Amino acid sequence: MKLEVIGSGCKKCKALFELTEIVAKELGIHDTVLYSTDINKIVAMGLMSSPVLTVNDKPVLVGMLPDKERLKEIISKNI
Amino acid sequence: MFYPIQLLADWLTYTVFGIIPKTLLASAVNFFIFDTIKIFILLAGIIFIVSIIRSYLPPEKIRVILSRKNKYIGNVPASLLGIITPFCSCSAIPLFLGFVQAGVPLGTTFSFLIASPMINEVALVLLLGLFGWKIAIIYIVTGLIISILSGVVIGSLKVENLVESFVYENSVNGNNLELPSLSRIERINYALDYTTDILKKVWPYILVGIGLGAWIHGYLPADFLVEYAGSGKWYAVPLAVLIGIPLYSNAAGVIPLVSALTEKGVSMGTTLAFMMSVTALSLPEFMILKKVMKIKLIFIFAGIVSVGIVFTGYLFNIILK
Repeated sequence: MKLEVIGSGCKKCKALFELTEIVAKELGIHDTVLYSTDINKIVAMGLMSSPVLTVNDKPVLVGMLPDKERLKEIISKNI
Repeated sequence: MFYPIQLLADWLTYTVFGIIPKTLLASAVNFFIFDTIKIFILLAGIIFIVSIIRSYLPPEKIRVILSRKNKYIGNVPASLLGIITPFCSCSAIPLFLGFVQAGVPLGTTFSFLIASPMINEVALVLLLGLFGWKIAIIYIVTGLIISILSGVVIGSLKVENLVESFVYENSVNGNNLELPSLSRIERINYALDYTTDILKKVWPYILVGIGLGAWIHGYLPADFLVEYAGSGKWYAVPLAVLIGIPLYSNAAGVIPLVSALTEKGVSMGTTLAFMMSVTALSLPEFMILKKVMKIKLIFIFAGIVSVGIVFTGYLFNIILK
């Protein structure tokens, strides 16, 4: 399982990263959540908003910070 | 349309708080309650609608439309599409790279980058709620003209050499991109999330802005600022633009404040120029754009937009006298 938050380093990106860590723990995912500020990765995927959350390198959330429950729903749907 | 809110504001002011009508305090409190409720209702409604539209037209789809367009005609749809796209400085770089690397011309990209923050839904709601629909429309139309023309000028300057070289080393093909598809419920959820996200971010600024505005409305004499910022003062417009540059993150609080100042003698053109400067010229955005372009290009971009805004300010100081 590879969870990665990619962002430009803005507040929203960090907040999504921290929330993802909490949610991953609650879902029993033991892999570390990765955090990258390499924007070229976002662009190379063809996306244009930050932050992006990928599950196994597939973007599942683009350009927004959902609340905890919704994030849980999105992650568990994609694992 | 806002009559029930006025009734509620009257009831709260005179009955619940027991303030004596026709006093300065009553006028300020009444104004504060009425404006706050009205603005938050408008914000929630309009941000929700725009978010729904946007869920059908994310930047990735906009890029496909823009990369097919002709070099000059592209500026018009780029500016129009900029209206519905939210602009957060965290997305400035991926937007810029994503557009340019997919072959969207530089001038078209700039039209989009200018329109997107300048004509945003929060600013529009505040303009509509506090200044009325005529000023809101003037703001949209002149904002569009400024972003279209600035993009055309930047495009014709042939400044591709001022973009950092790594930008052109990569290219992306955005045409076959598969985005996570959304059901109707997911779109509504997205719009709800987005609306609460924005409201959470802007409410303190709006309260402080409306609060100060209410105080000014109730306590300052009507022509208090004419002497300093009336339409007869030539320096008012450029000064307003300069003051607006560092205020970006506070656009939500600035507009209610300015609306009260307008009542006290700041002329309408100056006010429009100030609001455009607050939204379109943002210091944090300039700092971020430094990663992908040379400082010279940032100055060219800021300079052209500033000229457009100052011109708008003078023009409406004459027209809206």
